[in-house]
Amino acid sequence: MIASYKIGLAILLGGFLLVQGFLTGPEPAPKMQLSAYGFFQGPLADLKPAREVFPYEVNAPLFSDYAEKARFIYLPEGARLRYHPDGPFDFPDGAVIIKNFYYWKDVRQPEMGRKILETRLLLKENGAWKALEYLWNDSQTEAVLEVAGASFSHQWVDARGGGREITYIAPNLNQCKGCHSYDGAFVPIGVTARQLNRIEQGENQLLRWQREGRLQLPDGFAPEQAPRLADYRLAETELNAAARGYLDGNCAHCHNPHGPASTSGMFLEYNQTEPERIGIGKPPVAAGRGSGSRKYGIVPGKPQESILLFRMESDDPGIRMPELGRQLPHAEGIALIKNWIKNMR
Amino acid sequence: MLTLFLAKSKLNMQRLILSVYLICLSNALIAQSELEKLFQTQLIMAEDGSSVQFPEGKFYLSNTLWLDGKKNITLRGAGQGKTILSFINQKQGAEGIKVTNAQNIVIEQLTVEDAKGDLIKTQQVKGLVLRDVTAQWTGKPKPSNGSYALYPVQCSQVRIERCTAIGASDAGIYVGQSDSVWVTDCVAKWNVAGIEIENTTNAWVWKNKAFDNTGGILVFDLPDLPKKRGGHVKVYDNLVTRNNFRNFAPPGNIVGKVPPGTGVMILATNDVEVYNNKIWENKTASTAIVSYFIAETPIKDKDYNPYPSQIYIHDNLYSMGKRMPTWKSKLGFIFWWKFGKRVPHILYDGIQNPAWVDTDGELKQGYEICIQNNENGTFANIRADKLGLFKGKISKDRKPYDCKL
Repeated sequence: MIASYKIGLAILLGGFLLVQGFLTGPEPAPKMQLSAYGFFQGPLADLKPAREVFPYEVNAPLFSDYAEKARFIYLPEGARLRYHPDGPFDFPDGAVIIKNFYYWKDVRQPEMGRKILETRLLLKENGAWKALEYLWNDSQTEAVLEVAGASFSHQWVDARGGGREITYIAPNLNQCKGCHSYDGAFVPIGVTARQLNRIEQGENQLLRWQREGRLQLPDGFAPEQAPRLADYRLAETELNAAARGYLDGNCAHCHNPHGPASTSGMFLEYNQTEPERIGIGKPPVAAGRGSGSRKYGIVPGKPQESILLFRMESDDPGIRMPELGRQLPHAEGIALIKNWIKNMR
Repeated sequence: MLTLFLAKSKLNMQRLILSVYLICLSNALIAQSELEKLFQTQLIMAEDGSSVQFPEGKFYLSNTLWLDGKKNITLRGAGQGKTILSFINQKQGAEGIKVTNAQNIVIEQLTVEDAKGDLIKTQQVKGLVLRDVTAQWTGKPKPSNGSYALYPVQCSQVRIERCTAIGASDAGIYVGQSDSVWVTDCVAKWNVAGIEIENTTNAWVWKNKAFDNTGGILVFDLPDLPKKRGGHVKVYDNLVTRNNFRNFAPPGNIVGKVPPGTGVMILATNDVEVYNNKIWENKTASTAIVSYFIAETPIKDKDYNPYPSQIYIHDNLYSMGKRMPTWKSKLGFIFWWKFGKRVPHILYDGIQNPAWVDTDGELKQGYEICIQNNENGTFANIRADKLGLFKGKISKDRKPYDCKL
């Protein structure tokens, strides 16, 4: 009986994929295996980019349970990105944003190697974005398409030498849109001027891409005048800038007037200037027990009375923020925001 | 396997497969995680215009079941109490079922239980029917229950009918920042708020039963929200009784301030008509008309209007019995202090926008509060504006409010 169910299930799932394949028409059908795209040359797990693929780094990364991320962009030959000062850059059809999630086996000793768990793709097709999710095998030779998400146990050794274990949750395709949403349309998040305007290997990332013919910048573009989030990971970053960078990178993809958390009236973009919009003196709307018996989003000087911090510290699925993509509290982020609220007047 | 499917993909083959799978289901041999995956896959792959059938049985899910960006989809169970989706072991996602950015969605004939956050949340859905759905937190009502059982927000053309909502630590049926809403033939019990209409326009709430909640039916306009103004709300033919349950909302939330024993409460909303309801045995405030100031929370939203206006309370049947109002909330304490066992049925906080009052001290046309023809409808204005909450005389003069709208 178990066997027959599994056959039934496989047929049913296969049928869904097939029907989907037929109906998508001119769109290229999703490839079942990551290797089939040819984004990487040599052994897949080396993530060595092929010619039209190039890496990118962001200023204020989203915390994802201590997973590391290797980020790449694929552009069809001859195609270029177009700069945008506020939202994501304009991508040509056929472009793909590639994000690989991995853990070092031992964070203190990267030379011991890593384990890649998943690769998420955002594909621009016919003017619209869509997401695909690939899960890596244990032998790290291939990653296979998965639409309904998955969860599995993963262990690693953290920066302090402690053994950590989580039930790693790879999102289903709808959950992708839980964050990647602007007025209900599917959009990328991190490929904005404020995230990408940074020095990488001695050169501004945006200027390099322009030099390499991958990005079209406006005439007279000056990086120092363009939007830029502070890198909250660097000790020398000024406290307010670090905190606003952290909140932008970790919260503002939902908490903005066009995002999924627009219902809350709490908006955490780096350039939001209204104090109550970022939560100062703002009572909760629909937080329920997420309020933790606290009265306001942020109470200046009082992190322990601020709902924002309560939700960052929680690991309860009904309380924690962000809702998706985080199970573990982010100790470093919590310390930063605590310090920021404490020093706020 | 795919080629096999391709070769024989006729309808009867599909039926065969489906029945094989259903037989397996009934034998409960399938790992729950595989089933969860199947359910979620069905929601992701559902073609516009199709329906997804949940079989009979109790299913334990670890993650939100999420439908996004679809049109004309029906999610149907085998009946309330027959198809039970339990989220008691939920690991991720705050909601049980979530529907976003969709049109014409029907969810019917199933039970959803024990999600960590909300049970059914729908956001940005135009055309929504929730019908014959039970959404509940099992066990005794407690603060660790999720916020909302049925939670349409930023939706339009919403119809909630023959649903039951139990145990929400905020509101059982909560419609927020929406437009064109019907709530009818529903039951709400053991929630903090039974039914709450918030910053929502054109809502009709009728023929529902709200009992054993902290507050039965609430119509609120709150500050700091993208959708600023609610209003044009009708509440009629409902049974609102025994809403005396202790307030178990986590503090910090506005409903945490609703006194146990509240029947119908209108807060800072414009154009609300409450009529033909049976409002019985609510021990503190059968019907309260209040401003946001009663919440004693500072207002920072410059565009927000904290005053109720164009409120018409008529032809309701009131009875209270002789119970002391609660003293476990500030508002309740005031009533207890001032009225003892003889709390009037209809209470008005009397806090008025000075710009809305004419030289005689009465509310100008367009801002009236009218109270007429209620059976046992005793009235008091507690005049919280001039006198502070505890001082001075309340006014039982109903003449300024004897009008029609």
